[in-house]
Amino acid sequence: MAVKLLLENAHVEGIRYYEAYRRTGGYRSVEKALKMTPEAIVEEVKKSGLRGRGGAGFPAGMKWSFIAKPEGVPRHLVCNADESEPGTFKDRYLMEFLPHLLIEGLIVSSFALGSNATYIYIRGEYAWIPDILEHAIDEAKANGWLGKNILGTGFDCEIYVQRGAGAYICGEETALIESLEGKRGNPRIKPPFPAVKGVWDRPTVVNNVETLAAVVPIINMGGDEYAKIGVGRSTGTKLISACGNINKPGVYEIDMTISVEEFIYSDEYCGGIPNGKKLKACIPGGSSVPILPANLLLKTAKGETRYMNYESLSDGGFATGSMMGSGGFIVLDEDQCVVRNTLTLARFYRHESCGQCSPCREGTGWMEKILKNIEYGKGKMSDIDLLWDIQRKIEGNTICPLGDAAAWPVAAAIRHFRDEFEWHVLNPEESQRRNYGLAHYADAREIVAA
Amino acid sequence: MAEGAPLFKVTIDNITVEVPAGTTILNAARKIGGDVAPPAMCYYSKLQGSGGKCRTCLVEVSKGSEKDPRPMPKLVASCRTTVMDGMEVKNITSPKVLDARAGVVEFLLLNHPLDCPICDQAGECHLQDLSYEHGKAGTRYEFQRRTFHKHDLGEYIQLHMTRCILCYRCVFTADQLTAKREHGVLDRGDHAQIATFIEKNLQNDFIGNVIDVCPVGALTDKTFRFKNRVWFTKPVDAHRDCPKCSGEVQLWMRGDEVFRITARKDEWGEIKDTTQGKPGWICNECRFEKKQVSDWVIEGPSKVNRQSVISANHYVGVQKPGETFENVMDGRQPRLFMDIHSVSEVNKPEIQLSLIEGPAHSDDFEVNNKD
Repeated sequence: MAVKLLLENAHVEGIRYYEAYRRTGGYRSVEKALKMTPEAIVEEVKKSGLRGRGGAGFPAGMKWSFIAKPEGVPRHLVCNADESEPGTFKDRYLMEFLPHLLIEGLIVSSFALGSNATYIYIRGEYAWIPDILEHAIDEAKANGWLGKNILGTGFDCEIYVQRGAGAYICGEETALIESLEGKRGNPRIKPPFPAVKGVWDRPTVVNNVETLAAVVPIINMGGDEYAKIGVGRSTGTKLISACGNINKPGVYEIDMTISVEEFIYSDEYCGGIPNGKKLKACIPGGSSVPILPANLLLKTAKGETRYMNYESLSDGGFATGSMMGSGGFIVLDEDQCVVRNTLTLARFYRHESCGQCSPCREGTGWMEKILKNIEYGKGKMSDIDLLWDIQRKIEGNTICPLGDAAAWPVAAAIRHFRDEFEWHVLNPEESQRRNYGLAHYADAREIVAA
Repeated sequence: MAEGAPLFKVTIDNITVEVPAGTTILNAARKIGGDVAPPAMCYYSKLQGSGGKCRTCLVEVSKGSEKDPRPMPKLVASCRTTVMDGMEVKNITSPKVLDARAGVVEFLLLNHPLDCPICDQAGECHLQDLSYEHGKAGTRYEFQRRTFHKHDLGEYIQLHMTRCILCYRCVFTADQLTAKREHGVLDRGDHAQIATFIEKNLQNDFIGNVIDVCPVGALTDKTFRFKNRVWFTKPVDAHRDCPKCSGEVQLWMRGDEVFRITARKDEWGEIKDTTQGKPGWICNECRFEKKQVSDWVIEGPSKVNRQSVISANHYVGVQKPGETFENVMDGRQPRLFMDIHSVSEVNKPEIQLSLIEGPAHSDDFEVNNKD
């Protein structure tokens, strides 16, 4: 049955507070890790094959080993809790219910990276969570897990919670660093990478909440054991925040060996589509990853079963695949309109573009206006090609990945649902009354059954 | 660049040049000059940290370096990417780059008002040059252009936010040149704007330099506003003994009247170094208040930069070709490239125009057309 590493104790009474957390085996990893050398911890994380849970899936151990170690310059660990991707709410769950798990992971990681001042940069809209985290930090401090000379090892560590002001772009690591320094949250131009010049020009590692929390089980069970869970290069467990047209929306911990079909339809996870509706499409990894129609979601283009892991979800590249992303699993049933969905996402990216580089600043707004026309029955056939051309000129030509994130959903929607866009253009009045429904991407389960 | 820094060989559009380590691709390309140098709207060599924002200088790196010959996966901003030994860069030889650049120009012009006929920058505007050189004739944008509320920046500087392309040069200028920066970028995305918070005058002694660094007509000189067109004025180098700045300026004169004073600029439209070798920023007093010829020691006519319309037919450094047709073709005269009689019906020699009564009409040629 499913392995649970992070959410194992999520339903224990009072787990938010120190007593219950410690009673269920909390802070064991700190006791173990502080007896190891920092290099050994990095080695364990490398062995575990843990990949960054923020979206890009970059191996965490590798990232840690890149950090520059100049003499006499402090290093910093920054926890990226600016979880703002539409559809993603796994970090919120972790921080809200298991704040001590994050603190524990932060202490171990800080020790491994030599950070004496560690920051949690938290999204402004999560207004109530900083209080939970700060309470947990106070409890940890009172019990000797933080502060000066932790467990008599001579290692000092402080954790500070920094509230953001509500900007999606501050989830990009260099924009996060700018914002943390008190400046306007504009992404920096890389190189230099944060591992060389980060917060206040000091070497910095920025990791997602879930990545840092996953360090705890890695230390507890050992990197090799952790790597045995999962499949291929997708090791360990992943939190998936499922939402949309499903019976049981919520945060699920999966071990990356289950199929997408099982995840959507099994009662253990999403529990199927409500009201007997059919699956139309799914955005499997948060709003910025390409949307997939049902026929490509459950089976890859080669006809193989698609699994919930990094490799399988990206099978087929962007032509017929998608990405694991940050694990924001958005399901659309047959009543949903892909054009409207794309417009909603385009509006989001227009609103969240920082305005620093021109393709993203101007292109996101342009795409939104065209999509609005199409959605409200004022579109032209040439608009669809124009949209394609605009997204192509944004993608890859911007400073930070927000440009790509804005371009991909539009590209994928046109790639897979062009007939629906054309239907909107050709039937402007009908498209105001009803939705397009299903087409060639009819529920793949029926195709299989037939 | 420090003495003894290793020299890196970099090939841009098949032209190889040697530059010290740490040079950016853009500066290496500028060393070659001409069309090889990518356009730059936001990069400004005198301002630290500038560049990387406008994306007009994107180039393709087809070979990373001698050690690691892999190409770079994406187009890179040449103003912020340093060269490696053996790097091969494609600028105008790469269709990918030209396509991306045309896209960037379209994005930059998307919300630009195109009010060049009433803009003081017209004629020396980098965006005009950029769109002529790299843009398309039409726009595919069918929506209302973005507008902003007006901000008053005081008695000297006029801000036209609708024309701004958000290059951040003025922000860097104020950061690095003046004691206190009072303007910056407010808001984000396509409604980001240069403004002061809340409504302040820009009064610093050197703040006038933001007018010189602005690549478009977003920041213009109020003392010159609507007084004249750039191409009617003649630039003249002049200096005065100024306690605040170098006092080395360019006067823009028409007849005996000084219409405008700016810092001297180099061929890339950037502030030139002074004779002492320091960046030639000038103070507000020199720029705005010394509008009499008697205030200045005139040095002579300026060499005009390539960005300016007044430079037509007097480009700096124009060389007449040494090889004439006769030399190349062993003394033979060049043949006509196209025999006009063979392509145009109108010029058929069999019709004697002198025999037609009155002016020739298309009917007169119909015989030939029907044949």
